[in-house]
Amino acid sequence: MSVTGVEGEERHDFTKEESRQIRARSLTLLGSLVRPLWGRIILTIVVVVVSTAAQVAGPAFIAFGIDNGLPAMLEQDWMPLGVAVGAFLFTGIIGAVLIAWYTVLTARISQAILIELRKRVFLHTQRLSLEFHESYTSGRIIARQTSDLDAIRELLDSGISQLVQGGLYMAFIAIALFGLDWVSGLVLFGSLIPLWFLTRWFQLASQKVFRQTRTASARVIVHFVETMTGIRAVKAFRKEKRNAKEFGGLVEDYRYANERAINLFGIFDPGLVLIGNVTLAVVLLVGGLRVAGGSLAIGALLATLLYTRSFFAPAQEIAMFYNSYQSAAAALEKISGVLEEQPSVPDPTGPIDLWKAKGAVRFDDVEFSYKEGRVVLPHFTLDIPAGQTIALVGSTGAGKSTLAKLISRFYDPTSGSVTLDGVDLRQLHPKDLRRAIVMVTQEAYLFSGTVADNIALGKPEATREEVIAAARAVGAHEFIEGLPNGYDTDVNKRGGRVSAGQRQLISFARAFIADPVVLILDEATASLDIPSERLVQEGLQTLLADRTAVIIAHRLSTVAIADRVLVMEHGRIIEDGTPAALISGTGKFSRMHAAWRDSLV
Amino acid sequence: MQGKLLSSDVHEKRPGTFAAIMRVYPFAKPAMPRIYLGMGAAMLAALVALAIPQVLRSLVDGPLKDGDSSEIWWPVGIVLILGVIEAIMIWFRRWFVLQPGTHIEARMRNGLYNQLQELPVNFHDRWPSGQLLSRAISDLNLIRRWFSFGLVLFVVNTITIVVGIVVLASINWILGVIFLVCSVPLVIYGYLFENKYSVVARRSQDQAGDLATTVEESVHGIRVLKAFGRGAHALRNFESQAELLRGTEIEKAKAIAGIWLWLLLVPDVTFALCLGGGVWLASVGQITPGGLVAFFATATVLRFPVESIGFLLSMTFDTRTAADRFFEVMDEKNTIVDPESPRTIEKPKGRLVFHDVHFRYADSPERFPDLVDGIDLELEPGETMALVGLTGSGKSTVTALATRLYDVTSGSITLDGVDIRELSLEELRSHVAMAFEDATLFSASVRDNVLLGRPESSDAELDEALDIAQADFARELPEGLDTKVGEEGMSLSGGQRQRLALARAVAAKPDVLVLDDPLSALDVDTEALVEAALRRVLASTTALIVAHRPSTVMLADRVALLEKGRITAVGRHSELLASSEHYRFVISSLEDEGDGPGYTPSPPTTPIPIVTSGVSRPSTEVGS
Ligand SMILES: Nc1ncnc2c1ncn2[C@@H]1O[C@H](COP(=O)(O)OP(=O)(O)OP(=O)(O)O)[C@@H](O)[C@H]1O
Ligand SMILES: Nc1ncnc2c1ncn2[C@@H]1O[C@H](COP(=O)(O)OP(=O)(O)OP(=O)(O)O)[C@@H](O)[C@H]1O
Ligand SMILES: [Mg+2]
Ligand SMILES: [Mg+2]
Repeated sequence: MSVTGVEGEERHDFTKEESRQIRARSLTLLGSLVRPLWGRIILTIVVVVVSTAAQVAGPAFIAFGIDNGLPAMLEQDWMPLGVAVGAFLFTGIIGAVLIAWYTVLTARISQAILIELRKRVFLHTQRLSLEFHESYTSGRIIARQTSDLDAIRELLDSGISQLVQGGLYMAFIAIALFGLDWVSGLVLFGSLIPLWFLTRWFQLASQKVFRQTRTASARVIVHFVETMTGIRAVKAFRKEKRNAKEFGGLVEDYRYANERAINLFGIFDPGLVLIGNVTLAVVLLVGGLRVAGGSLAIGALLATLLYTRSFFAPAQEIAMFYNSYQSAAAALEKISGVLEEQPSVPDPTGPIDLWKAKGAVRFDDVEFSYKEGRVVLPHFTLDIPAGQTIALVGSTGAGKSTLAKLISRFYDPTSGSVTLDGVDLRQLHPKDLRRAIVMVTQEAYLFSGTVADNIALGKPEATREEVIAAARAVGAHEFIEGLPNGYDTDVNKRGGRVSAGQRQLISFARAFIADPVVLILDEATASLDIPSERLVQEGLQTLLADRTAVIIAHRLSTVAIADRVLVMEHGRIIEDGTPAALISGTGKFSRMHAAWRDSLV
Repeated sequence: MQGKLLSSDVHEKRPGTFAAIMRVYPFAKPAMPRIYLGMGAAMLAALVALAIPQVLRSLVDGPLKDGDSSEIWWPVGIVLILGVIEAIMIWFRRWFVLQPGTHIEARMRNGLYNQLQELPVNFHDRWPSGQLLSRAISDLNLIRRWFSFGLVLFVVNTITIVVGIVVLASINWILGVIFLVCSVPLVIYGYLFENKYSVVARRSQDQAGDLATTVEESVHGIRVLKAFGRGAHALRNFESQAELLRGTEIEKAKAIAGIWLWLLLVPDVTFALCLGGGVWLASVGQITPGGLVAFFATATVLRFPVESIGFLLSMTFDTRTAADRFFEVMDEKNTIVDPESPRTIEKPKGRLVFHDVHFRYADSPERFPDLVDGIDLELEPGETMALVGLTGSGKSTVTALATRLYDVTSGSITLDGVDIRELSLEELRSHVAMAFEDATLFSASVRDNVLLGRPESSDAELDEALDIAQADFARELPEGLDTKVGEEGMSLSGGQRQRLALARAVAAKPDVLVLDDPLSALDVDTEALVEAALRRVLASTTALIVAHRPSTVMLADRVALLEKGRITAVGRHSELLASSEHYRFVISSLEDEGDGPGYTPSPPTTPIPIVTSGVSRPSTEVGS
């Protein structure tokens, strides 16, 4: 099993090789995020260094004040004391101001990285094909965009100072200690050995556990989102208790993963303290024996002890950094996995422009299957001349929507090609493709936001007049006017504020305002009442006059406005002709049509 | 597409931060003993850390001065032991505190989830999904951290500071007073900070929720975005929202920078003052140089606790905001609940009656009449009633009332003579099963989806339900009935989804079936097959079927016509056709079809210009 993209996202037992591969890709991602910010990062580091220096200098002035100021004071000389106080104040103020500045600087850096990452993930998920989304689920993407990004933010917010300050401190102190007393310096170096082992252990163990927390939290989110989306069905079918149990299980998994991660740090952190304290005792022993033997001054011993202790103080900071680094790295792994996914319907590398499409659609030796081995549309060729209105009918599951989705390039054919005005859709500039071909999908999805916003999605620069004109054209104007705030009424999530038929009218208006050359209507009137449907059809007659149109409908009334009817069965087009010819024939369509006529009153 | 900010400024009177956070206490209660123990361990660790220098001092003053190397082992041993104890105490602190923290979080998360499942649909209509999610995930995460980290440090550091100041005062009271006086501006700034920071923190958490909403919609609505090529447009929207959040976060950072500045500056100034004052005091003999050294040594120890107050405060206010947001949902009053003493229907027959039912959506303005404006309707046991009306006339709303997804505003609905509000929800919903107009499938297997209402059903029952809904396609899916149907069933065709939803309602074996336009996505042949099979079920089951087409109406014994919120006619299809003009208008397509099954080529027209401002269509819309 490979670990490319989101594959193997749910696993945590990667081999060394896989682990390295994943880390490498997230580091590449991190690098690309950080690169444009180098200037600012260096500035931030400088600020940290200077402010740390200022902080370290403070105690020296106190010492100076006591050692020199006091004796001078006794001789009525205020100068040294004044200098000490002034210098102390000065460094104090510099240090404080710099740290405050630093806080804002890092916030800017971390926010810049986060927003860039957010945008990349957002854009990339938009680019990824439906195939990906069907299996990956929205919940996981939300998890990537929320809880994973939170983990990264935590690292960025405090990481730089912890790392720089800690590293700086430790380096300075180690050097100072060596200069002072090399024997103690060696002891300190000796302590690095257990330190290394401890850190290595923590790294390996926490890597695995943090990966688990990421997948566990994603699972919680997936379940949560799905329940909230389907809350009506949950209630109507009394799934609450079962859900509570299931969710409780996921929450417990997440909690446990979290607990383990925290526990690891709970060992790592006191482990560091232990190493520090033992080192201190050893330095004390080694030094004390020499003091007693007279080869070391007491003052020097005191200094080595103080240094040793301060050496390990920032080690804790670095441990914290390392902890949030591991957590963020696990999150980054998941995100980089999503970003690594290749859209199976990729944008063309050398796109062909088609400024003014005529609307001739052709399927050339096309074959299509969603999943390998299960052919949905067996090999066929189909020519739709520009301006023709096609009624696509057939039993449910025959492949009508699939055919429509190939025209609007939701999917690419498994073999053969679909062309618009002779240009393969795979080569067509996406902008031109979307301008030329618009599809009203079987599911009328509305975004939360106003009615006007939803209609204007078809043409973002549309004026209010255009929006109203489009609504009028599909017969939606009256009911929209009747909503509490007219066109500015919020339709709520998924358009829950309006009825199913009204949702369809709004999505229809959305397609209308987009004014494409090729219009595909997939069951766009299925939830409408008959009078509204009739109105829509009247509108269509004029609207479709010089457009190519594919109308999928089970209610055969559409046939009246079609130039040509295609009947599909099991993925094949079994009949193809003018409505009149097919109705008067003896095929499936004539039977279907008769049955449909009979059902009317 | 823009999420809306939930009004955060409607609190009439904000309770204090402590009181607000302590509302979490019931969830935290079982964890508190361990948290207290953790505090104890933390205090011990701090004390031990303080004790080590004392040992060092006695060592320096004692054996080392005397040059007695045999005496060294003891103090070194003590230092070692103290060091080990410190590490153990730190370990204890973490061990005590961290695990209960995760339990608090989990308890709250389950509590929130259950509350959300209980809250009525009307609540879910109003609340953007991302807002709920951010409460369930990031807010609870903040609360956990506070309990397992912030709270402990806060208590320990505060004690350290108080003790420290006492020690300082005992060394020299004048310097102690200087120290104390200087901390006054800090306290004042702390209060100011709370006001400033809390507002920003709240805004940031709300904006994060909105961002989550946008992400969710961008994925759920991806087909629309793709169909119109609006990925970039959606990105711009998202980006502007993300920019808002970034602005808020930076504002937050500035607020934190502000308090940090003070927390660093004030001690520095204090130190400077004490340095000046202390040296002067020493020069006049009020304090010994040793005392002065001790004073600064102790004051230095206090620096970290004082500085830590900055992030502890911001953390606390974040937590407070999180708690507020959590309780906004938890405090939401559930209006659709089980009755105190539910009645049960022993032998359900399925007689469903609407008595003068009125209903209006909560957000409907005063000037509008009730959407359902006094419906009287009786469904006899075993009867199938079709509900017919124009788009938006309220048919789906009426069906939702029957299972209490919404409650009637006045009037009542009875099942076998019992007001449905007197039944437990569980029982009501086991008597009444629904198929919604959109299928609402879950990303589970076909089997799980169909058996949603009755998971204990046998395979035979499952097969029967699938047969009735003509859903045998499901058996031919790659993994048969165990095939996952993709998020919201999106890897199925429209008609397949609808048939599964129908099978799901049938498989629940209810006494009353409520089907909302159940055949709209089916072709004529399949529709006929489903109807034939469904008739068998409907013979013994009461059913309310929303219908737009005559073919669906054919399933029904009687038809009820919904018009302007009332049932204006009830009767057999043919009767209504004869007697009701509105019914003919709603259901009949013949008049328009002209003369039979012919094909009239569309008249050559100029295409409609998309912008036809002012041109209104001939209004064929009647009724509404
Ligand atoms: N995303 C998908 N992944 C896998 N299989 C799919 C997917 N979408 C559709 N199918 C399968 O492909 C076949 C054709 O589906 P399609 O949606 O094209 O049918 P349709 O003719 O539009 O039917 P309906 O009238 O019910 O909408 C069905 O068997 C369906 O299960
Ligand atoms: N959650 C809601 N909040 C406020 N108003 C709503 C809500 N849901 C629906 N409405 C309004 O109530 C009216 C009736 O809606 P309903 O969904 O019951 O219509 P319907 O008869 O089922 O229509 P259709 O045939 O299109 O499905 C509509 O005008 C709609 O705008
Ligand atoms: Mg379809
Ligand atoms: Mg409806």
